[in-house]
Amino acid sequence: MTNDRTIHIKTIASIISGLNSREFSSVEVTQYYLNRIQQLDGIYNCYITVNEEFALAQAKASDKQRASGNFPLFCGVPIAHKDIFCTKGIRTSCGSKMLDNFIPPYDATVVEKFYHSGAVVLGKTNMDEFAMGSSNETSFYGSVKNPWDTNTVPGGSSGGSAAAIASHLTPGATGTDTGGSIRQPAALCGITGLKPTYGRVSRWGMVAFASSLDQAGPMARTAEDCALMLNVMAGFDPKDSTSINKSVPDYTLDLSHTLEGLKIGVPKEYFQKGLNPETEKAILEALSQLEKQGASLVSIDLPHTNLAVPAYYVIAPAEASANLSRFDGVRYGHRCENPIDLRDMYMRSRAEGFGDEVKRRILVGTYCLSAGYYDAYYRKAQQVRRLIKQDFVSAFESVDVIMGPTSPTPAFEFGSKSNDPIAMYLEDIFTIATNLAGLPGMSVPCGFVDKKPVGLQIIGNYFEEARMLNVAHQFQCVTGWHQQIPEGVKLSSENEKGAN
Amino acid sequence: MAINYTDIEKLAELARIQLNDATIAETTQSIADVLSLVNRLNAIDTKNIDPMAHPTDAIQCLRSDNVTEVNQREAFQVIAPCAKNGLYLVPKVID
Repeated sequence: MTNDRTIHIKTIASIISGLNSREFSSVEVTQYYLNRIQQLDGIYNCYITVNEEFALAQAKASDKQRASGNFPLFCGVPIAHKDIFCTKGIRTSCGSKMLDNFIPPYDATVVEKFYHSGAVVLGKTNMDEFAMGSSNETSFYGSVKNPWDTNTVPGGSSGGSAAAIASHLTPGATGTDTGGSIRQPAALCGITGLKPTYGRVSRWGMVAFASSLDQAGPMARTAEDCALMLNVMAGFDPKDSTSINKSVPDYTLDLSHTLEGLKIGVPKEYFQKGLNPETEKAILEALSQLEKQGASLVSIDLPHTNLAVPAYYVIAPAEASANLSRFDGVRYGHRCENPIDLRDMYMRSRAEGFGDEVKRRILVGTYCLSAGYYDAYYRKAQQVRRLIKQDFVSAFESVDVIMGPTSPTPAFEFGSKSNDPIAMYLEDIFTIATNLAGLPGMSVPCGFVDKKPVGLQIIGNYFEEARMLNVAHQFQCVTGWHQQIPEGVKLSSENEKGAN
Repeated sequence: MAINYTDIEKLAELARIQLNDATIAETTQSIADVLSLVNRLNAIDTKNIDPMAHPTDAIQCLRSDNVTEVNQREAFQVIAPCAKNGLYLVPKVID
């Protein structure tokens, strides 16, 4: 039995090495995390479902497999899945009353891949309803609290995954990103998160929000851990016709490369009014740190940046209105009591099952796609989408990566934007263009404003996740922002000295 | 273009979502706000720009026409709100 009371500050890489050197078993690590979840998740509300029995059974089986000498890399490593990924036999709510009783009969490809790699699933993390939100306030299960300041939001929509990592209730978690839903909560919670190139990771079994924008990715404390997770997640899936049939590199191979000669594009449009001056200062300091490591900064233009949010709020709701039409109370999900006829059943099941933000987006999407408005809205937004993509394509002719803030402000207080959808939508002003273009983006902790974390956004060219992870890892080798631990997450029995 | 209660009622009917009379004013206002955000797109001329439906302009994958899935009707119907004898039950549609 291990006496190590610092397991929760270990990264995935160091848990793997601890399991390999038999410092502790998977049952010990898993039980340790389950104990922490039991003691702390009442405060943060990161999990919708915790799988105690199932996780321990998986841990036991993985210890046995490890003893046999033939085992995969993540054998016995606990992780969590955002509650948007279908998990066979485990409720998958998508943060909605609509799916409160939904127990999928199959696993998402991402979930299956983690099972094959030996990972233990601690539970399913909280999220904005159907991934529609930037604060986690739209979850049917109550909002997640930011571990750095429980009066503030964790960001969204993968806020449960981000806060669970920041509060050390899991070493890593899956997330999804349609307009910033991995990167923005990663920034607000002080963790590392990566949205891969569209098509890099299978969307099969991921509850669909906006199909041309949704992409799953890893969330963890370090870039190295994200690389390990992406190695598991990435790859072509014949079940997802939008996944790309392209070989997957080992994302850990380039981590140690030097940054000498790296050209970083810095878009003028990402440093405009609306950006918190202290956030800006932290970003500029991070950029000058990267210069010291051998990178050079190049000023670039992304002239259509200001049209990204408007284009997104046509395309995403339009796709959502189509995707969410499947929730009809017939085959699964919520059905109203005593419907008088079929129409009444649809109307009331959907009115009762969906929250306000989801309804708003379905109505906006229905409007944009309705007869007479399609060209003015949907077609126009798709044309603007091409202009946004072209901005990036031109920029990448002269730079290797693009950097700026992930989010215009640090974590904001609950209720401060929830009654003003437009203010909430503008939270994603720096992340949305990447989804429209299909490019990979990540967020890396780079400082604090009023004791709240700031995220540096790294945008890469198509399929250049390895390059971004290399840059992020090199930054983390010389900075300690990713190792900071919020006060409240320390249990008195635990003696912590920072992540290792 | 202004959007009014009648428009919202029509949209709700198309989207099959029953609206709450008490909040219809609020819903109308918030959708009008979103549409005014979206109307910023009109600031730019997009004549002759091809619409972009897919970020990487990928080609649709096809597979060979073989049966690959087994029938799992029972597993799927376990989670249905109302199913009997292999059928999904809904309120009567035809008299």
